[in-house]
Amino acid sequence: MSVNTTAKTWADIVVQVLKSNEVRLVTYVPDNVLSALIKALHADPYFTVICPAREEEAVGITVGAYMAGMRGITLMQTSGFATLPNALASLVRPYQLPLVMLISERGTMGDFQLGQAIVCRTMRPVLTSLGIEHFAIERLDDVEFVVDRMIKQAFSTQEPAAIILSPLLTKKSNTSQ
Amino acid sequence: MTTFEKSTVTRSAAKVMNRSEMTQRLVAKLRSDEAVIGGIGNNNFDLWASGQRPQNFYMLGSMGLAIPIALGVATAQPNRQVVALEGDGSLLMQLGTLGTVATLAPRNLLMVVWDNGIYQITGSQKTLTSSTVDLVAIARGAGIEQSAWAADEAHFDSLVDRALAGNGPVFIAVHTDNAKPVGVTERDPAKIRQRFMEGLAN
Repeated sequence: MSVNTTAKTWADIVVQVLKSNEVRLVTYVPDNVLSALIKALHADPYFTVICPAREEEAVGITVGAYMAGMRGITLMQTSGFATLPNALASLVRPYQLPLVMLISERGTMGDFQLGQAIVCRTMRPVLTSLGIEHFAIERLDDVEFVVDRMIKQAFSTQEPAAIILSPLLTKKSNTSQ
Repeated sequence: MTTFEKSTVTRSAAKVMNRSEMTQRLVAKLRSDEAVIGGIGNNNFDLWASGQRPQNFYMLGSMGLAIPIALGVATAQPNRQVVALEGDGSLLMQLGTLGTVATLAPRNLLMVVWDNGIYQITGSQKTLTSSTVDLVAIARGAGIEQSAWAADEAHFDSLVDRALAGNGPVFIAVHTDNAKPVGVTERDPAKIRQRFMEGLAN
């Protein structure tokens, strides 16, 4: 697979990588940073897209579908991730479920909400304490490699993964060449 | 037969039934390939005690996620009937999922809530359904038109039959007593997941 990153946004690349990995189900609770990606996913009939009321629900739907043979991904923002530790610790980890999370990172590099900033600092310690593979993408030309490889690792090792979208990717004017 | 739309049975008027017996009654109606998701605690203990089918998933944590997991299964396999078994305390933690179900409207999803009005496994503290909350009214308000209290065993049977015929989504609340479950689920999550996936693979 080859992607011409000079002509594409990070969201375009994510859509393509999801398809190449047969990730057909997308569950999400929205974030403004994710809105272009969410719009593209809704517009593409390849994907089944579900927007439930809470991130925990999204996780339940995604892992239920996985066990029934349909690969999925769950999108959320940082504060949404903060609602998930119980579901991750009591469902995803013990049942060895390859939940792939795509998290837009809020609360850092210029956020104006103190609450976002404080909750942001809980994300990596929680991921680390749960032993969940995670990586923050900062450069556009890393998107394809990182998303593709983290999805493949999750499904081949039967482990969850958190792909974090740094403001360096989503907010900074985006050409890393 | 009482239709859902015209059903006027209230929680207080519904016959108080036994969760273990009703679980066995439900499982006895399954043909073979239906998926059943047992929510946390006594729900899945009684499901376990009703006989261990490979299509059963026993949820040992993640309180409130039995319906979302069942919805995921129902979405991935629209030709398989899927049943979620929840408790009142569990559903109260995740009421939004009723709106998600109503919006997606999967024809192959049946939700059964055993409502004994207590957090039985933690010492029988009262839940909100013991005071003012009516889960059927909430389900209807969320948009699940086929929502009803089971008046008695025969009514329960007719509601389940309708759902298993592929006319879902159906939400059935059963007013249950406070008898203990008749078994305890073997707590091996990886084995439960592996067996469930094998059970859903064909």
